[in-house]
Amino acid sequence: MTDRAAAWSALATVRDPELDEPITDLGFVAELTIEPAVDGPGVRARLRLPTYFCAPNFAYLMVADAYDALAGLPGVASVDVRLEDHFAAEEINAGVAAGAGFGGSFPGQATGELAELRRTFHRKAHAACLERACRRLLAEGWQIESLADARLADVPESPERAGLLRRRADLGLPDGPDAPLVIDDGGAPVPPGQVAPRLRFARTVRVSIEGNSGWCRGLLRTRYETTEEGAT
Amino acid sequence: MYTANGESYFVVDSHVHFWDGSPANQANRYGKGFIECFYDYHRNLSPEEWVWPLEKFAKYSEADLTSDLFDTGYVDRAIFQPTYLSDFYVNGFNTTEQDGVVAEKFPGRFIVNGSFDPRDGEAGIERLEALAERWSLQGVKLYTAEWKGASKGWKLSDDWAYRYLEACERLGIRNIHVHKGPTIYPLNRDAFDVADVDDAATAFPNLRFIIEHCGLPRLEDFCWIAVQEPNVYGGLAVAMPFIHTRPRYFAQVLGELLYWVGEDRLTFASDYAIWSPKWLIERFVDFQIPEDMQAEYGVLTPEIKKKILGLNAAKLYDIPVPA
Repeated sequence: MTDRAAAWSALATVRDPELDEPITDLGFVAELTIEPAVDGPGVRARLRLPTYFCAPNFAYLMVADAYDALAGLPGVASVDVRLEDHFAAEEINAGVAAGAGFGGSFPGQATGELAELRRTFHRKAHAACLERACRRLLAEGWQIESLADARLADVPESPERAGLLRRRADLGLPDGPDAPLVIDDGGAPVPPGQVAPRLRFARTVRVSIEGNSGWCRGLLRTRYETTEEGAT
Repeated sequence: MYTANGESYFVVDSHVHFWDGSPANQANRYGKGFIECFYDYHRNLSPEEWVWPLEKFAKYSEADLTSDLFDTGYVDRAIFQPTYLSDFYVNGFNTTEQDGVVAEKFPGRFIVNGSFDPRDGEAGIERLEALAERWSLQGVKLYTAEWKGASKGWKLSDDWAYRYLEACERLGIRNIHVHKGPTIYPLNRDAFDVADVDDAATAFPNLRFIIEHCGLPRLEDFCWIAVQEPNVYGGLAVAMPFIHTRPRYFAQVLGELLYWVGEDRLTFASDYAIWSPKWLIERFVDFQIPEDMQAEYGVLTPEIKKKILGLNAAKLYDIPVPA
């Protein structure tokens, strides 16, 4: 039986692809209700974003992912996910409800679906998580050159380790204990001389993602004059 | 000129507006949404005493503008960056002409930049030529996410964009300010990606590409191309006000920019009237990288601050700097 807590947990698996955080933590879920019906419960969610002009492709991904997450709950008879207060809300809501895909939601405006966009941002998220994990090892006394020999097993149980493993899985990159820690976007180990530059740029990626997340949270607070948690 | 602690700072505000976002000028819900979005930026990052009512923010007076920039704001020279948004506003949001009227009343204080839209084809090149002649253009501001009928944006690497950039070279317009927005064709790609700037900067080594908002929200992509292209600059509009609400983040962004782009290719901007130069300048001159971050990012010297606040932009626009 699906209850509201289960529906909330399902939405918590949906991440803003750009900010790499759950939409539930970001305050993007404005409303979540379960309505009983003869053939099973109906789930209704309302999503909101920090600005009227947030990029429509990321908005679409979040609405579509939310729809899929809720539709996957056992016994749910109907799902209604709607984005509110956004310039492209009408196209996105109609497209997701009809299963039209991104291209079908914006005819003539797109040359394809969003898999490559999602992958681009998975790579950025992976770089940021790799930098966090390496930063942790460096603080524990590792030398930067020796990180080329480090394995995933060398990163102790921690939020940094958990975050890194999940992004490895997102990208289909090696995530076993013996897998090398410092790899490039394609999964190849980074040679010792290249570890420092790889981590230097990864730091910029991390600063960028963290900064955007803070900016978006602030704008959402300002726009809706609320705390961030939304419909908890 | 701003003076503090025995140092004098020549100030060029590289990005200011004189817009009309008022309801009477809004053509549709997009115009309303656009000014409200700007207003949220304004209220979210400004100190409380600098927050205006929405009505004033949507349409402020010429006296507000010149007083906030020159009387109280320490600005020596301000560069108008137009943002047309002709599909959202009846008379345009902020046209070159709107700016020019004010600039002519205050000789020696403003630089008037123009704009072009490559989707205007041949006729647009003629308009650019006329604009260049009328306002002695040294620069243009481009907004790649501008809507035009069914089109939701364009790229600097488009064939017609190159035709316009060739025209800029011919007309002596050397400063190309690029502002990325949320929409661009095709919509399934990342609209904030600055890869097209990379292509254009390589193809036009005599032009200078000033990326507004230093590529935010794609700081990393901007840094990556700026380090490879010597004619790419970072405009600090939008990055600056974080100095108030999130000073540690501001230190990180500035630290990253100084590492990748360097102190000679960053220019101060308020994005007035989203933010106001007085408080930005005062805080920036007082600002230092927090001690625990100095091992990573170093420290800010008065020399670096002087370059960012005015000297770098003065070089781009041949503005004489008093000794």
